[in-house]
Amino acid sequence: MAWLMAILQTLLFIGLAPLLSGWIKRVKCRLQNRKAPSLFQPYRDLRKLYRKQPIVPQPASWIFRAAPYIVFASTVLAAATVPLVAIHLPTARIADVIVLVGFFALGRMFLVLAGMDIGTAFGGMGSSREMTISSLAEPAMLMAVFTLAMSAHTTNLSQAVNFVLDSGLVLRPSFVFALGGLILVAIAETGRIPVDNPATHLELTMIHEAMILEYSGRWLALIEWASQIKLMLYGVLIANIFFPWGIAQTFSLNALALGLGMIALKLAVLAVMLALSEVLFAKMRIFRVQEYLSFAYLLSVLGMLSHIILEAAR
Amino acid sequence: MALLLAGISVLAALLSSVASLAAGPNGLAWHGMLWWMQKTPFRPVQRGERLTPGRFSRLARTTPFLLLGVSGGFAVTAGMIALLGGGTRTATLPFGLPWLNWHLALDPLAGFFFCILGIPLIAASLFGPGYVREFEHGKHTLSVLGLFTGLFVAGMELVLLADDAFLFMIAWELMSVASYFLVAYQHEHATNRRAAFLYLLMAEIGAIAIILAFGVLAGFAGGLTFEALRSVALTPLWASIAFVLALAGFGMKAGLVPLHAWLPEAHPAAPSHISALMSGVMLKIAVYGFIRFAFDLLPSLFWQWGVLVLLIGSASAVLGILYALQQQNLKRLLAYSSVENIGIIFTALGLSLIFQSSGNSQLGTLGLVAALLHSLNHALFKSLLFLGAGAILHQTHEHSLENMGGLIHRMPKLAALFLIGTLSIAALPPFNGFVSEWLIFQTALQAGGIQSGILRSLIPTASAVLALTSALAATCFVKVYGVAFLGLPRSRHIARAREVRHPGMLAGPSLLAAFCVLFGVLPTPLINALGSLTQPLTGFVLPNISALGWLWLTPVSPEVAAYSPALVLLGTVAVGWLCYYLLYRRTGLEPRRAEPWDCGFGGLTARTQYTSGAFSMPIRRIFEPVFDTCETVEEQTEGPANTRVTGLRYHFQVLDRAWLVLYEPSGRAVTRLARRVGRLQAGNIRTYLGYSFFTLIVLLWVVS
Repeated sequence: MAWLMAILQTLLFIGLAPLLSGWIKRVKCRLQNRKAPSLFQPYRDLRKLYRKQPIVPQPASWIFRAAPYIVFASTVLAAATVPLVAIHLPTARIADVIVLVGFFALGRMFLVLAGMDIGTAFGGMGSSREMTISSLAEPAMLMAVFTLAMSAHTTNLSQAVNFVLDSGLVLRPSFVFALGGLILVAIAETGRIPVDNPATHLELTMIHEAMILEYSGRWLALIEWASQIKLMLYGVLIANIFFPWGIAQTFSLNALALGLGMIALKLAVLAVMLALSEVLFAKMRIFRVQEYLSFAYLLSVLGMLSHIILEAAR
Repeated sequence: MALLLAGISVLAALLSSVASLAAGPNGLAWHGMLWWMQKTPFRPVQRGERLTPGRFSRLARTTPFLLLGVSGGFAVTAGMIALLGGGTRTATLPFGLPWLNWHLALDPLAGFFFCILGIPLIAASLFGPGYVREFEHGKHTLSVLGLFTGLFVAGMELVLLADDAFLFMIAWELMSVASYFLVAYQHEHATNRRAAFLYLLMAEIGAIAIILAFGVLAGFAGGLTFEALRSVALTPLWASIAFVLALAGFGMKAGLVPLHAWLPEAHPAAPSHISALMSGVMLKIAVYGFIRFAFDLLPSLFWQWGVLVLLIGSASAVLGILYALQQQNLKRLLAYSSVENIGIIFTALGLSLIFQSSGNSQLGTLGLVAALLHSLNHALFKSLLFLGAGAILHQTHEHSLENMGGLIHRMPKLAALFLIGTLSIAALPPFNGFVSEWLIFQTALQAGGIQSGILRSLIPTASAVLALTSALAATCFVKVYGVAFLGLPRSRHIARAREVRHPGMLAGPSLLAAFCVLFGVLPTPLINALGSLTQPLTGFVLPNISALGWLWLTPVSPEVAAYSPALVLLGTVAVGWLCYYLLYRRTGLEPRRAEPWDCGFGGLTARTQYTSGAFSMPIRRIFEPVFDTCETVEEQTEGPANTRVTGLRYHFQVLDRAWLVLYEPSGRAVTRLARRVGRLQAGNIRTYLGYSFFTLIVLLWVVS
C-alpha cells in the first residue's frame, strides 16, 4: 500500500509539473499585460515535441543520445523521494536530502557532457557556465539543508517534515535564513531570472538553453519536462519543509485530499511570487551571479550559526 | 596463514624485481640465452621452437608483471583473511639488529590496506606489459623499471606488515627511495630530474619527522616494538609533539597542503602504471601510517589535534581541487586531484579524532570508517583514471587536454571505462565516491551532540567546504571528460588515435571500474566487514549500519538517514528504460544526422570549441586570490602606425602559491645558511689543522 502510494505520488509529481509551468507563464503574462496562453500549453508543447523527428548533430556520440534519459530518470527519482502529498512513504528511505542533491548533480553532469559532446562554442559556453554556477550553488543548498537536518536530527526528508509538524508553529531564526538561502539557490538552479532566462535564446546570455541548443524532438521534450519537474521539486521542498501544514500524515482519503489541495495552494502562491520577481527584476551579468550566490551561501551559513548559537545551546 | 600469504606476496614482489634484473639486456637470463643460441649456431628457426628472441623479450616483459600480479592476488587474499577473521597474527624474523629482530604483524587494519594495495596492483600488472612495450626500444632498459617497481611494492607491503618502528622505517625508506628511481626513470627530461630530486628531498624530510615522532614514543617506552610503544604513558605536551611530528611526516608523504607542491611534480613524471600506484596506493600507505600512529600507538587523543587535522584536511581538499581545475596536463590534474582526495580523507579523520576525543565513540568510528572507505574508493578510481590517462598517452603521446577531443569516437571502450572513473570521482550516486562522501556528511551532521560551541560551528563549516570541494570536483572532471573525450579532436594525432590493442590495457581499468560500481552499489557488506578493524582501534562497532538490511546503508539509525544505492541504480535504469521504450520503441522515429547550428556562417571547426582553459576560466576569475596567474596577450601588428592586428597570442599560466610562500623562501634560506657554513671551508691547510686541534681538545675535555 505504502509503495503504491509512493508510486502514485511520483506519477502525480511528474504529471503536474507542466501544469505548474503553465500557471507561472500565465501569471507572468497577466502581470506583463499580455494575453496568456492556456494553462495546458506546456502539455501541448511536449506532445508536439514527441511527434517530431529528433536530429543528432554530426560530432555527437552516444552520450548525447543517452543524456536526456539519464537526466529525466534522475529527476524522477529525486521527485520520488520528496514528500508531495503525504509523508511516511517508503521511498524517502531510499535517498535522503544529500542524495537528492546528488541526483541533481548526476542529471546536471550528463546535461553538461551532452553540451560538450556537440563540439560547438555554444555547448561549451553553456556547460562551463552551468558548472560554475552549480558549483557555487550546491554548497549553499547543502548548508541550508544541513541547518534543517541539524535541527531535525535527520536528513530523511519525511522525518524532517514530521519534525517541523510536531514542533508546531515556532519561529526559528535559523529556518528564516535557510529559507532565504534555499529560495536564492532554487532560482539559480532552475535557471530563472535574474540568473538565467528560460525564455530567451539570445546567444551570449544563455546558460541552460545554450547547453541544450542542439536537442530536438523527444529528447528536448524529456529535458524540458525534467526541468519543469525540477522547478516543481524546489517549490515543493520550500513549501513542505518550511510550511508543511496540511500534508497528509495518514493514508486516509480525507487527509490525502487535504494534502493535495494544500500543496496545490502553496505551489500556486509560490508561483505567483516567482512570476512577480521575474517581472520586477532584470537578468544579471554572469560575473554578478557569484555575488548573488555568495549571498545565498552567507544566508545559509548564518542560518547554521544561528541554529548553533541560539537554538542548540539549550 | 594470512601472515604467510602476505609474506608470499612480499616475496613475489621481490622476485619480480629479481626477474626483471635477470631478464634485462645484460642480465643473467639474457647471457644464458645468448650462450644457448651460440651453442647451436646457424640453426634455422624452426616452427614451434620454444625460445626465439621475440618470445624471449615478451617473456622478459611479462614475467615481472606476472609476479607483481601474483603479489597483488596474495595481498588481497591475505588482507581479506585478516579483515574477515579479525585478530592479530604476529611473527618474528631473524633479521635486523642483533638485539632487535624484525617483528611482523597482520591485523585487520593492515589487512584492509593490503586490499587497497592489492586491487590496484593487479590492475597495474595487467596494464603494464602493454604499456611498457614502447620503453623496450627506448633509452632506458626495462630491467631498471621492473627492479624498482618490485622493490617499491615490496616496500609498501613491508610497511603494512611492520610491527616495530625500526622495520617500519626501513620499509618506508625502501618505498620512498625505490619510487624516487621510478620518478626519475625518464631522466632525459630536465623537469623529471628536478621533480625526482624534489620528491626525494621532501620524502626524506618527511621520514626525519616520522623518525623523530617514533623517537619521542620510544624514548619513553624504552623499546621499538609497537607493543612497547602502545603501552607508553606520555604527558599531553610530549604526546602533542609526537602527534604533530607524525602529522607532518605522514602528511608530507600524503601531500597535504601546504607541503603538497612536490606531489603534482613527481606523480605525473613516472610511467603511468607507476603513477597509478603512487597516487592510488602509496598515498594510502601514508594514511595508514597516520592512522596507525594516531589511533593505535598514541595512548590518548585530544580534540585540538582533531581541529588541526580538520583544518589542514579541508584546506587541502579545496585548494587541491581548485588547482586541479586549472591544469591542462591530464596527469598533473589527476595528481592535484589526489591532493584533494587526501584532504577529504584527512577531513574525515579530523572529525573522527574530534568525536573520539570528546567521548563519542560511535561517531568517531563512523568518521574513521568514512575515511577508510574513501581511501579504498580513491585507490580504485584514481588508479583507473591514471591508467586511462596512460592508455591515451600510449596511443597518442599527448599530455595536454588542450590538444585532445573526440576520443570517444576513436577509443569507445576506454571512454566508457573512463566515464565510470569520472562519475565515481565526481561523487555522483550510485557510484562509490558518493558513498564515502555521504558518510562524511553524515558524520559532520551529528556535531550537535558536542559540548563546545566552537567545535559545533567549526564542523558544519568544514562540511560546507567539503560540499564546495565536491561540487568543484564535479566541475573539474566534467571538464576532463568533456574536453578529452567529447567534441571534435583538437589536433591531428588525436584525430588518428586508435583503441588500445593490448587486451591487458583494457582489462586493468575494467577490473577497477567493476569494483567502483560494486562498492558504490553494495557498500554495506564492506562496511560491515570493517567492524573487526574498528573494534581494536576505537573500541566500537557501528551497530545500525545494516539495520534495514544489506541493501540499505544506515550509518546512525534508520530514522536519521538511510541510503540505498542498489535501489537508486535500479530505479534509474528502470525509469530510463521505460522512457526509452515508450518514446523510441513505440514511436519508431529514427533520429537524423545533421550539422550543428553554426549561426549560419558554416564551417564549424575544432578551433571554435571551448578549450580546457576557457572552461575553467569563470572559476579562475571567481577564486582569483587563490591563484598566482600570469596572463599575457601578445599582439602582432603591421601597417601604418601598427594599427592592423594580424595575430594574437594568448598565454596563461597558473602557479601554485605554495611554491611562492613556502618552497622558494625555504630553498633560499637553506642556500643562505649553506653559504654561511661554507665559510668554514676556507681551503687552507692550517685552518683545517686548527679545527682538528680544537676538536681534539674539546673531545679530551668531554671525555675527562
